[in-house]
Amino acid sequence: MSVLHQFRDSTRAQAIIERIRGRNTGDISIMEFCGGHTVAIFRSGIRTVMPEHVHMLSGPGCPVCVTSNGDLDRAVALAKTPGVILTTYGDMLRVPGSRESLMQVRAQGYQVEIVYSTLDALKLAAAHPDREVVFFAIGFETTAPAAAAAVLQAQAKGVRNFSICSVMKLTIPGAKALLAMGEVKVDGVIGPGHVSSIIGSDAWRFLPEEYEIPVAISGFEPLDLLAATDAIMQMHEEKRPALVNSYSRVVRPEGNRKAWGAVERVFSLAEASWRGFGSIPESGLVLREEFSDFNADLRFDVTVEDSAEHPACRCGEVLRGVLTPPECSVFGTACTPESPLGPCMVSSEGSCAAYYHYQRQMA
Amino acid sequence: MKHSQILLAHGSGGSMMHDLIQELFLPAFDNPFLRQANDQALIDNPGGRIAFTTDSYVVQPVIFPGGSIGELAVHGTINDLAVGGARPLGLSVGMILEEGLDMALLEDIVGRMKNASEEAGVPIVTGDTKVVERGSCDKIFINTSGIGIVPGGIDIDGKNARPGDAVLISGSIGDHGVAVMSERRGVQFSTPVVSDTQPLHQLVKSMFSVTHSIHVMRDPTRGGIATTLNEIAGQSRVGIEIDEEALPISPEVTGACDLLGLDPLYLANEGKLIAIVPEAQADGVLEAMRGRPEGAGACRIGRVVEDRPGIVRMRTGIGGTRIVNVLSGEMLPRIC
Amino acid sequence: MCLAVPAKVLELRDDNMALVDISGTQREISLMVLDGDAAPGDFVLIHVGYAIEKIDEEEAARTLATFEELSMLDEQLPEGEDPLA
Repeated sequence: MSVLHQFRDSTRAQAIIERIRGRNTGDISIMEFCGGHTVAIFRSGIRTVMPEHVHMLSGPGCPVCVTSNGDLDRAVALAKTPGVILTTYGDMLRVPGSRESLMQVRAQGYQVEIVYSTLDALKLAAAHPDREVVFFAIGFETTAPAAAAAVLQAQAKGVRNFSICSVMKLTIPGAKALLAMGEVKVDGVIGPGHVSSIIGSDAWRFLPEEYEIPVAISGFEPLDLLAATDAIMQMHEEKRPALVNSYSRVVRPEGNRKAWGAVERVFSLAEASWRGFGSIPESGLVLREEFSDFNADLRFDVTVEDSAEHPACRCGEVLRGVLTPPECSVFGTACTPESPLGPCMVSSEGSCAAYYHYQRQMA
Repeated sequence: MKHSQILLAHGSGGSMMHDLIQELFLPAFDNPFLRQANDQALIDNPGGRIAFTTDSYVVQPVIFPGGSIGELAVHGTINDLAVGGARPLGLSVGMILEEGLDMALLEDIVGRMKNASEEAGVPIVTGDTKVVERGSCDKIFINTSGIGIVPGGIDIDGKNARPGDAVLISGSIGDHGVAVMSERRGVQFSTPVVSDTQPLHQLVKSMFSVTHSIHVMRDPTRGGIATTLNEIAGQSRVGIEIDEEALPISPEVTGACDLLGLDPLYLANEGKLIAIVPEAQADGVLEAMRGRPEGAGACRIGRVVEDRPGIVRMRTGIGGTRIVNVLSGEMLPRIC
Repeated sequence: MCLAVPAKVLELRDDNMALVDISGTQREISLMVLDGDAAPGDFVLIHVGYAIEKIDEEEAARTLATFEELSMLDEQLPEGEDPLA
């Protein structure tokens, strides 16, 4: 579709950049809550064309990064359970738990399979009726419907050897927890485009209404991010915080009710443990009792020994926006993508990984 | 061939191995050197510097859209010679076969190697075969080594890049990487993208017909152009700047990369070369490249700069900058 | 959170599946969680093997035109309008 490719068009980008440069906001801190945005911002080089007074911050938008070591260790323990094929999205493979990563576990001979889709995990279960296929479900609201759909399909088709271990979380409780901590000045928010396609742009009204923080829902192309930044700066300049939807070609005010309905049918909300934030109530998705057969945490009795983060790891502070990766003393030295101390350096959407790959040597 | 599968006895040095060589390898690769039937090939030395290279091929899957491990093994080693300015003289082939390997598959691969060698005009002059127990290797591993001659007056070296030089590439990037990825377990998708595997020595010859003043040439295989450019920037102690808008990437490769979250800068290419030449020679070299089918898509992608030595950076579509780092770890498709 | 790509629906298949095309790459994906129907020729957003939204091409063209002319704020909430209404 040629019109979609034009969201990368450099001439239009220049027009928006000029508008941004002409604005008079003073120091302004804009935060995104989406790992996809973190990467898109770096890859497009947007930070390097922003005026100096515009600070772009990363919040806890990377679902791999906010997963606690305890949950990572559970995935490792499941992978080592006899008879289990652990399936996971590629993002998880190199993330270090307290002792090892799934990649290391696979190298030891256990079966860990990368899947692109939960459907592939289901197919694997059908193909190996003598094995137990466990899907390690990470993700936010964009990814939750895929897990719900897989469970519903497994139930409908009578698949008896498929289960999921859910560590999925909700974006807004994480955002609220960050704001409640009050550690970081947030003058504007770039709203996650794909999460919002599921939960709706209206879900973000609370930001201008309760916090007086302007929010612009953004897509992932360079033009989207520039336009969203411009809108936020204008709202800040004119002191009228509001909700703007810059991704209207995909995001509706009410979102995708069918997809979210599937999620609510299969999962209920529970307290969840977030790296950097501790326990946040009603922020995690757990399988409802009706679907206990598909709950890997109930099917398998996995013991996880003391889970502990690496003592030098400061992912938590990075996720809260109080530390930028280059400010971390082990960034690029003891902690690198090849030997990460925490998930932020090795997750494909981690802040530290993004700085390391796209910006480290520009300082 | 009498047997439908490779057995351990095929590697034992006895009559079955003799049959395998006589009935499969020798007829396929036939040339005067092999007909000498010695433990070594004896080659007259035409003078000049000797280029010598080796590479082992363990690609999975063994057959992929656009080629197989066989073509890679022949082209890859020819190209390692070619990018050094060498005229390839001959290749050696060392095969490690897994017990149980389908004979029909081996015949297919050998046939492809024969074709590749003949089309390139580079003979396979000596070889070796071993068979290992089931599970000790993944179907077939191939090592090829190659010898070539670099004529006088040619000095191509990774440390020769100079600020002001133009960075050229012979064609589109990412094709081989996507073609192979599409067959990998767990990420199946169908794509019209085929591997770009091809020999480049004729392309290099056409470049030399225009000028001997080529500073660096390299083929960006594993790790993609990002890795290769970083190597050169490091060796030459220069900075390199490339332009995102100038990178030749087919829409089909872009689509596959968008789908899987891959970065085409890091995908392998098996039939492309990067050339770094003095600015004054750039247009002439490009014209020469475009005159050959292997270089039809040749274009300029960037320049060598003085600042930030050892660093590769890219001017993005919107006029920003990002660093192009070396690849770390495997390239895994991401969701997220 | 997340990597989603636009894809063109080529054909509908059994079991709520569809074959889609992403600039030449083709894959079978699920329509199970798509709100509404998809027909061949429609564009949908694909995420981990599922279509999660239809892409409104007209809206896309409109957005593109807007980006260039005005800020998104002026386009959605012209001066004088109460943003919190």
